[in-house]
Amino acid sequence: MTDYPIVEATDIPAAITALKQHYPDAVKEDTRQGYSGVVVDRKRLVEIAKFIRDDLGFDYLSSATAVDYYGIADEMEMVYHAYRTAGGPALVFKAQTPRDNPEIPSLVEIWPGADFQEREAWDLYGIRFPGHPNLKRILLWEGFHGHPMRKDWHEAYYEQDHKPFDSRWPAGHVRRAEELNVYGKNVRYPADIDLSKLSDRSEEALYSDLGLGVSIQELEGDASLKTDRLVVNMGPHHPSTHGVFRMIITLNGETIESLEPVMGYLHRNHEKIGERNTFLHNMPFTDRLDYISSMSNNLGYALAVEQLLAKGARYQPPTYRAEVIRVLMVELTRIVNHYWAIGFLLNDLGAFFTPALYAIAEREKILDFFEATAGSRMMCNYMRFGGVFKDIPERIRSVANLVNDRVRDFNTMEYLTELINERIPRSIDELDEFLTESEIVKSRSIGVGYLPPEMAIAYSAAGPLLRASGVPYDVRRAEPYSIYPELDFDIAVRTHGDIYDRYLIRLDEMRESVRILKQILPRLERTRGEPIFAGSKQHTPRVPLGEAYGRVENPKGELGFYIVSAGDEKGPQNPWRYHVRAPSFINLTALGQMCIGHKVADVVAILGSIDIVLGETDR
Amino acid sequence: MYGKGIAKGLWVTFRHFVNTYLDDIRYAGRKYLRQDNFEIRQGLKAQGAFTVQYPDEKLAVPERFRFIPFLVVEDPDHPERPNHDWCTSCGICAKVCPPQCIWIVRGSDPATGRPIPEPEAFYIDIDICMNCGYCAEFCPFDAIKMDHDYELASYDRTRHHIHDKQRLSKPLSYWKQIAPTTALEEAIERGGWEHPDIIKVMKKAGKEPVQPTAENMFAKPAALTATVPEPPAAEAAADADPAKAERLRKREEALAGKRAAEGGEAPAAAAPPAASAAPAAESKPAETLAPGGKPKFDKQAMLAKIRERKAK
Ligand code: SF4
Ligand code: SF4
Repeated sequence: MTDYPIVEATDIPAAITALKQHYPDAVKEDTRQGYSGVVVDRKRLVEIAKFIRDDLGFDYLSSATAVDYYGIADEMEMVYHAYRTAGGPALVFKAQTPRDNPEIPSLVEIWPGADFQEREAWDLYGIRFPGHPNLKRILLWEGFHGHPMRKDWHEAYYEQDHKPFDSRWPAGHVRRAEELNVYGKNVRYPADIDLSKLSDRSEEALYSDLGLGVSIQELEGDASLKTDRLVVNMGPHHPSTHGVFRMIITLNGETIESLEPVMGYLHRNHEKIGERNTFLHNMPFTDRLDYISSMSNNLGYALAVEQLLAKGARYQPPTYRAEVIRVLMVELTRIVNHYWAIGFLLNDLGAFFTPALYAIAEREKILDFFEATAGSRMMCNYMRFGGVFKDIPERIRSVANLVNDRVRDFNTMEYLTELINERIPRSIDELDEFLTESEIVKSRSIGVGYLPPEMAIAYSAAGPLLRASGVPYDVRRAEPYSIYPELDFDIAVRTHGDIYDRYLIRLDEMRESVRILKQILPRLERTRGEPIFAGSKQHTPRVPLGEAYGRVENPKGELGFYIVSAGDEKGPQNPWRYHVRAPSFINLTALGQMCIGHKVADVVAILGSIDIVLGETDR
Repeated sequence: MYGKGIAKGLWVTFRHFVNTYLDDIRYAGRKYLRQDNFEIRQGLKAQGAFTVQYPDEKLAVPERFRFIPFLVVEDPDHPERPNHDWCTSCGICAKVCPPQCIWIVRGSDPATGRPIPEPEAFYIDIDICMNCGYCAEFCPFDAIKMDHDYELASYDRTRHHIHDKQRLSKPLSYWKQIAPTTALEEAIERGGWEHPDIIKVMKKAGKEPVQPTAENMFAKPAALTATVPEPPAAEAAADADPAKAERLRKREEALAGKRAAEGGEAPAAAAPPAASAAPAAESKPAETLAPGGKPKFDKQAMLAKIRERKAK
């Protein structure tokens, strides 16, 4: 077994005691049923956060999110999860603010990684963060009315607070969604916005609003200046942005002076939908976050809800067989994702589609297995609370149904064995041979987009981005879940923190995943025929009151789900709060810093090396 | 040496290029002749390109593939209740549906207004359906299943994308065809090929359902409540055959009993022994036959029986 640091759980109570000693009147323990951590006085939040980071050593802010306790308490709350990069559980601390004038000091100066998350809380909850350098909407646009995640905000097609809706059964009268959501009547605008001005604003006004415009007068006096400054909008429609994503780049000549990501084009308020949904309903919605790796999204969500369920009396944890299958699925997903990431990184470097197609061809074989097991190639919806959807099938068999259908039929275990032992390692080696030594790849990527380790931690970077900067932080080891403690594998780390290392680390991780999968195969054989559920599969589990933060090491970084089950008249069938800590979103916080001083063509590659997916970024 | 890495990479591309043609040559002309050639080229041994020329050829989807649900109904040649819905309008699928795209009107008895286990209407808005498969997974009666037919393009979104009960209904044999393994597993779990309610009725009547196997999957279900073997002549006789009608009547009785029991009556009262009920109800068979003389599941007759029983 590999050695890895496990900080004992007793650390958290010790930390809380230390906090209470230092700030006796500003820190209280959170005593609500099912809650943990401390509630701190918001007036002294910055000071306490600094203590938590510097003296207690919780240097990594994983998640910062808001909760609206409308109707339960007249308060909103910011919830912070801070970890040690050495590993171990979270120190959870919260700051509360009245609903009618919500204001909480910004933590950006302590953890720059809070930047986007606080902007998100402002955007969706309307909490102001004095001290934030750039507090403006992030997922929605300026002309949006209200703050949609507040519990008293209703969408245009609002029907009822919670699903299942009463209108569906027993007297279901079918209605097309458009009838509730009439075009032209489904939007409200803030009172102070002048729509006529929105449509024909001049370029100049647009950019001066963004604070990036450059006044010509100012430049004229500067005799040393040889080049013009230029603001370039890259995206939102651009093949290199991996979706609909915009970057506002200020260029001095060809060199980047500043870069600001603009996102939200794919925003659908996933979290609001999630709070209308029942706990089970959310599972297929998580598929649509990072749609390249839906299996691991499922697992993250299942773990979070299982944490809550475990507080109840009747909960039975997943069987060993179920855990084995879960790890099989998520490690295959990691390989799928990294094939994709490497393939498209090469696209971004200008090697159009040859590497990408080689990588995707291999991915296809894994998706065939997913399709036969979960029923879908990408929208797997496979994990359930306390188990998985179904055991893996005996045979990967297709059945002709349509005209011209061509069928295939493989034995699943043989297929998996050959896939894991032969095909995947061979193709990883081939990618390695194909790209690693290539002088073009090297000259485009070595030393480009450097992210130093301290900055990676400060910016809450996660996943390959963090580990390529030399920080050996992997949730599978730092706070192990499922059966990872009994599996033998290493955390891939690289130290240069540039694009090339982020490429190499993905190769390393794929090899480690293969190593895990090789240990999974005998376990699969051994547990064949064992049940995948300890109890019975439930569609509406009653979830005990409380909060939970479930996180997994997703291929793109740490994926966390913060879930609160509270005050639901019918019994908590629906999450009160459902928050997704999306690695793609938070990893972008550091993008601007990484790009300064490089050329426009490098931006494309740097973005590609972070490996974002907009379904998750925009939620 | 500068450029060695590129040369190495190009060698990989060259290998891919050659392999594609090698495979083409190896399987030249045989691609469609033998099933296993296709399987090899689409399996883990595939080399080079393995594009499938849609729509001239399509990769058939695996059994668990899920796309837009359909409702299971009895086969049209079912001896007792052809085309009858399996759905009992219990509403579970509508509750577990994440985007809430299922609308069900529960059937009710027009005279008493009491709910009956049969959907009056059933709609799915396929524009909203996210193909999650929950409805099929949690339906306690195996009455809704995920389809494999993904070619649903149409010209008019507003009219064709809300599927009603008629459009959704597909016979049980279709499900057995597209997902034989799953259908068999489910039948074994139910304890027979029949609808769970009928299996209950059969068991109550002391008749063990046929154990499902891969062999008897497509066998026509035997007449359910028949306890005595009939002479073949009777089998071939007119549809208004008394023996058949008698069987049907008994089954109806039992079913009605069961439904009444669900309505809240004591089970003992609901299922009178068939023998004692038989003489009193000698005149009934005619009721259960449609004008054409074909035995047909007659809702009116059934409702009448329920009311009769309620009145007692
Ligand atoms: S769950 Fe099954 S039986 Fe119940 S209403 Fe839905 S389809 Fe019908
Ligand atoms: S597949 Fe999912 S979304 Fe579609 S009808 Fe069934 S439960 Fe609803």
